[in-house]
Amino acid sequence: MKIKNLLKGLAFATAVSVSALSATATYAGTPNNVLVVADRIDDMTSLDPHDLFEFSGTDYVNNVYDKLVSFDPKNLSKGYQPGLADSWTVSEDGKTFTFKIAKGRKFHSGNDITAHDAEYSLRRVVMLKKTPSFILTQFGFNEENVEAAIKATDDYTLVVTTDEKYAPSFVLNCFAAAVASIVDSKLVQSNEVEGDWGNKWLQTNSAGSGAYSLVKWKPSESYRLKENADYWAAKPAMKSIIVRHIPESATQRLLLEKGDVDVARNLNPTDVEGISGNSDLAVDNDLRGRIMYISMNQKDPILSKPKVREALRYLIDYDGMVNSFLKGQYVVHQAFLPLTYMGELKDKPFKLDIEKGKKLLAEAGHADGFEAEIIVRNAQERIQIAQSIQNTFKQAGINISLTQGTGKQILGKYRARDFQIYVGAWGPDYPDPHTNADTFASNPDNRDEAKLTGKLAWRNSWDIPEMTALTKAAAQETDGAKRAQMYVDMQKEHQMTSPFVEMFQKNEQTGRSANVQGFYTGSAVTGVYYWTVTK
Amino acid sequence: MSDAVDTATPKRRGSSVPLLKRLKSLITVLLTVLLTLVGLLFVTFIIGRVMPVDPVLAIVGERASQDIYDAAYKSLGLDKPLLVQFGIFLKQIAQGDFGISNLTARPVSEDIVRVFPATLELATVGTIFGVLFGVPMGVMAAVNEGKWQDQVVRFVGLFGYSMPIFWIGLVGLIIFYGLLDWVGGPGRLDVYYEDVIPVVTGLILVDSLIEGDLDIFWNAFSHIILPASILGYYSLAYISRMTRSFMLEQLSQEYITTARVKGLSERTVIWRHALGNVMIPLITVIALSYANLLEGSVLTEIIFAWPGLGSYLTTALLSADMNAVIGGTVVVGLIFVGLNLLSDFLYKVVDPRAR
Repeated sequence: MKIKNLLKGLAFATAVSVSALSATATYAGTPNNVLVVADRIDDMTSLDPHDLFEFSGTDYVNNVYDKLVSFDPKNLSKGYQPGLADSWTVSEDGKTFTFKIAKGRKFHSGNDITAHDAEYSLRRVVMLKKTPSFILTQFGFNEENVEAAIKATDDYTLVVTTDEKYAPSFVLNCFAAAVASIVDSKLVQSNEVEGDWGNKWLQTNSAGSGAYSLVKWKPSESYRLKENADYWAAKPAMKSIIVRHIPESATQRLLLEKGDVDVARNLNPTDVEGISGNSDLAVDNDLRGRIMYISMNQKDPILSKPKVREALRYLIDYDGMVNSFLKGQYVVHQAFLPLTYMGELKDKPFKLDIEKGKKLLAEAGHADGFEAEIIVRNAQERIQIAQSIQNTFKQAGINISLTQGTGKQILGKYRARDFQIYVGAWGPDYPDPHTNADTFASNPDNRDEAKLTGKLAWRNSWDIPEMTALTKAAAQETDGAKRAQMYVDMQKEHQMTSPFVEMFQKNEQTGRSANVQGFYTGSAVTGVYYWTVTK
Repeated sequence: MSDAVDTATPKRRGSSVPLLKRLKSLITVLLTVLLTLVGLLFVTFIIGRVMPVDPVLAIVGERASQDIYDAAYKSLGLDKPLLVQFGIFLKQIAQGDFGISNLTARPVSEDIVRVFPATLELATVGTIFGVLFGVPMGVMAAVNEGKWQDQVVRFVGLFGYSMPIFWIGLVGLIIFYGLLDWVGGPGRLDVYYEDVIPVVTGLILVDSLIEGDLDIFWNAFSHIILPASILGYYSLAYISRMTRSFMLEQLSQEYITTARVKGLSERTVIWRHALGNVMIPLITVIALSYANLLEGSVLTEIIFAWPGLGSYLTTALLSADMNAVIGGTVVVGLIFVGLNLLSDFLYKVVDPRAR
């Protein structure tokens, strides 16, 4: 009897919960003027455009801030376009850039956008000295000279003077990067504390003029933007943007299928496959900037032999990987500039060829192979790549031991030049070919004490005075076509001789509701702009 | 011997305990708590410093030049001796300052105030679920030892123990959210309801009631019920197994036979006398299981995109955000100490002999 009562009680409680729930859960799709995006945004650690340097951060900055120079997200191949500056001139010596700021545009606060804001913003980057500041300081700006080098000569004219002659395309591309965002100087100055240039305040607030303004940011949870109805470039169709942090691919897919999000940005191959037959949904492909490579420390007596380096290029199963565990997520790419960049190189001279690899090893005096260690961070795709390489290397007699660790552990060893072979990924820092050339193909000082830890060539102890000079020459070449050709030539040589084996370029697969149009992820050069989105 | 026999005596004894003795025991408790916390801080701090993870890189990023790296290294105080660093750190904590999180650029204390209520709410609903179902199931299994009811409870419990929470969470979402539409999806609320009501306690179920907004209450309820049930299922498995074994022990005692002989109804014997005595060890079991849930269940939080302490701590740990890790550890430590004190206190309420 008592058991029956108990069971009755449990049944009743369950029935009440279920009926309460079925009456209350809400399942409407998203409204027509609201875009809800599922993304991983836990890498966003600051909202200050002169401080942040992560992928999700770029998406945020593109929408909340403007730069002097901009991109057309609908046609990125046009290259840099007028932004807050509607025109510019370059002096004959190539060192002085005069920007004319467009009149009549306003920040979200209602303040007018003037050359003084541009002056404040660019000086702020130099004075704050945060990680991305090198994108501007590479033109010779520093604390001492910044007042003379970056100067508003009247309300709508900004004059920037570099230390040397650089290719105008190089300078202008850098002025289109997130770090060159123009902030509302009056607003930021009013929030300065103890000479911090308003950094503390701007890390969690916004002071921009972009198509959207910040409503609320909850770190690792969500951020919300609202339209700037007076935006100068276009009228955004979406009144509100909500980006939610949904770490798990399967959860993103479920939300997309239910219509609770419009866009899912981190679907894994299984989930992409899973939604492929659904006519309410679509999947877009876009080549992004991330390059996957392995590199060999040139301090190692074996790995520094050119024949060994060449042999290893034939001992990697590029196609096997992109057709299996990397399917849809990467394409084979064997040069240091991502496709879609100025100076891209499409040649793919290497394929898995064990016999050729063995022959080259024998020529290098290692017919019986050798032992080496690969260090790799414990991210699934990298481990799988390392395992595939371990397997194919073994077929040529090279015994590889894999050492896994967290990103920071492995990176620490890499930066300290304490490794043999590293499985890495690199994404460009700004939309100009110099960004990758400067790290893959430039090493002005190979000594340990130089600690040029930002340069991959230095990390791999690759001493290359000639190529370093070539990299510099390309950055200074004023003829655009000639400059592009210099990068092609440099990559051809790099592809054959460097200690880097570039293997893959990232292909981003974005799941979206079929009614969402104009969602461009920014290819290799930039991020998302939401004002192009319609439903 | 039932509880009722004893209740009067200890009260009289209690009143004769001198004030000084009570004060002494209070001071002992406080000292123990303090020492535990300092120990915890020390261990966490040392682990944080000897871990082969570079906290500077976490702040400046992979691309930073050596100058920027060195400046950040200094500003973190990493150039000072370890003990000096610990001293500075203790001083800050004594002032309630856990420092700034590298990941969120906000004070860690603010972050914890933001993420902890999400975990608290989930763990509380989960524990209520676990107790409401787990205790009766354990009692039922003990009363019917060896019969089919016992087997069913055992099966349910074992299933709960052995299924990965990741899998149960996903399957639960697919069925109850994806196919049946019975519950809300991942997250604490539908996005359109977020930030609508003012934050008072941070517990949306409570805040929505304070604000009198039933729409938000039910929406939050529809979102929390699935993850809470799944977490609750795990505590149910544990609580029902423990209740069963405690009950079996009690049911074999002589006082139960006496009570039956006296002609008390079976209901009174089981639910009042046997379960009454089981409550004492059960409180510890429930408190521990609650404390486990309060640490934050990382996998559940990831699957359900639940912005709680578990995912906050995990992200912090993986990014070497040591201020956040230490802040979170102190909170978890406080929870354990607090719940232990609470269960000690509840002992005394339930069992007068413990006073």
